[in-house]
Amino acid sequence: MKGKRFTGTVEGWVTVIRRKLSAGELGSLPVVLVLAAIWIVFQSLNPNFLSPRNLSNLSVDIVGTGLIAVGIVFVLLLGELDLSVGSISGLAAAVFAVLNVNSGVPEWLALVVAVLAGTVAGTVQGYSFARTRVPAFVVTLAGLLTWNGLMLSILGTSGTVNLDENGLVAELTSYYFTSDAVAYAVAAVGAGLVFLVAYQDRRRRQAVGMPHRSLGSIATRTGVVAVIAFAAAYVLNRFQGLPLALLIFLMMVAGLDLLLRRTHYGRQVYALGGGVEAARRASLSVTRVQTAVLAISGTMAAIGGLFLASRITSVSQSSGSGVLLLNAIAAAVIGGTSLFGGRGTTWSAVLGMLVIQSIASGMAITDTPAAVQFMITGGVLFAAVVIDSLSRRSQEAHGRA
Amino acid sequence: MPSPPLLALRGVCKRYGVVEVLTDIELEIHAGQVVALLGDNGAGKSTLVKVIAGVAPADKGVIEWEGRPVHIRRPHDAQDLGIATVFQDLALCGNLDVVGNLFLGREIRKFGFLDEVEMERHSLQLLKRLTRGIPDLRAPVVSLSGGQRQTVAIARSLLGEPRVLLLDEPTASLGIEQTGEVLDLVDRLRERGLGVLLISHNMGDVKALADRAAVLRLGRNNGFFDVNTASQEQIISSITGATENVPRRMVPREAGW
Repeated sequence: MKGKRFTGTVEGWVTVIRRKLSAGELGSLPVVLVLAAIWIVFQSLNPNFLSPRNLSNLSVDIVGTGLIAVGIVFVLLLGELDLSVGSISGLAAAVFAVLNVNSGVPEWLALVVAVLAGTVAGTVQGYSFARTRVPAFVVTLAGLLTWNGLMLSILGTSGTVNLDENGLVAELTSYYFTSDAVAYAVAAVGAGLVFLVAYQDRRRRQAVGMPHRSLGSIATRTGVVAVIAFAAAYVLNRFQGLPLALLIFLMMVAGLDLLLRRTHYGRQVYALGGGVEAARRASLSVTRVQTAVLAISGTMAAIGGLFLASRITSVSQSSGSGVLLLNAIAAAVIGGTSLFGGRGTTWSAVLGMLVIQSIASGMAITDTPAAVQFMITGGVLFAAVVIDSLSRRSQEAHGRA
Repeated sequence: MPSPPLLALRGVCKRYGVVEVLTDIELEIHAGQVVALLGDNGAGKSTLVKVIAGVAPADKGVIEWEGRPVHIRRPHDAQDLGIATVFQDLALCGNLDVVGNLFLGREIRKFGFLDEVEMERHSLQLLKRLTRGIPDLRAPVVSLSGGQRQTVAIARSLLGEPRVLLLDEPTASLGIEQTGEVLDLVDRLRERGLGVLLISHNMGDVKALADRAAVLRLGRNNGFFDVNTASQEQIISSITGATENVPRRMVPREAGW
């Protein structure tokens, strides 16, 4: 009897998975496979790749760009692109460095002002984009130049500013919770929350007699999350413990995921990505949502910029330039957020950054030249975009069938 | 004295740039009545719907709601009055699921978060009333068939308990069976006392369903008919312009040649 029920559930899953695949809802499956492949390849090339030390460093290295990529996810959901995030991240770092180091403003105040500078820059761009209806990538291209110029003028002649090695911002990426208990507690809380939310949903649906998840599927979900979380905690504890940066990153991603998927505001963002005209007819305030999205993107860029500055404890004229912008956009897209708008979650920024940083780290560890690294990352990005486009097309074809 | 119409348009004008799309339009919709809005392509039918729905507000003229003048400047104004619209292109967000589309812009919230369970329950109840083939409520709308999308669009318009429903070509993209379902649905809405404005190209639909017909031609009224007494030929000749009930604008200039 039990065996029969089990086969029944398995058959149910197979049908659901097959339906999702044929409907083009691949979700994060491809990127997880790519990540696994990358890890296997580099581990076989160099056994140090999956060492606790390397993985721990990897988990801190993804944070700065990852936070910027989370902001990019919001913009991509609208079907737009924000090219100014690199410059804004540099601007925020410069504001912080000049205020704190050169002018002696308290660290916390300088930090707040720096983040707000990003918010303001994003809001200005968002409002002009929403009002003029010039595509966001053009508005933010202008922003890219403007904010970069502003950063250079703020830094002035000094060029490079070194941050306090033991200051608040430096601690952002250098602090580790050395006690083993912290990492395990965070893992337990994470898995517990996943279980509670799913269980509560099941109970409410059951109460009103609607279809609900089986206890088994809830247990499987929670189990998968718990295994990943506890494995990560175990590995991190074998080096220096849970990095503060990683904790902040994951909390922000989870919080913004909640905002996007469980609030009125988030629903509006998705709706705008699905069709501006439809959203307008449903009397959503398009201008306000578009402005807010770019404001969030600017804010996240500023926060990411501070983490990047913290990693090298200095701010220079080259902060926020180079491949940072491209990596942030690539991370969001590789992670599974659609370039066409309306599909994706903040978690894709985490997955995408893991892929990009794993490639970078593996290349460094195996002494491969940077040129090859760029080409491989480019290849992965191309594959991600193709998958995105194909799955979108198959979804539409599925609708007509 | 009979009660005033639910919705009345008096001398409504609308221009896009230099083109006058609607000129001095008169229209009345009574409760429990289906008014068919007929006209050739480019006669201004869809524009008139947009005017009433607040998507493209009128430039001149008066719109009366139960006898008193109102201003419809935004989609919200129309919704607040109790006017719901199903646009020809349905205006659904393809990436959102059925529940998300039904409640777009008026989500049920609990402690600031969306109450998905409650919304899904309402959606199920509503759709059960409207159709037999209930689509997967959690599938993105882009993956539904044309008829299912039409049902979702109509269901969404009914969610706010409207008193007037505007339907822009609701059966244009549907097969015979689905068309029948939609027409049945409109019939039931009339019985529940809604006023319905139905745009259609299909004279069969109009004959079967409508109480009265208003014909537009080149942006002007070109006759009102009682569908039950007027002949199909009368109505069609009014649509094609064989019977001119309003002098055409071009006449004076043509006379000058």
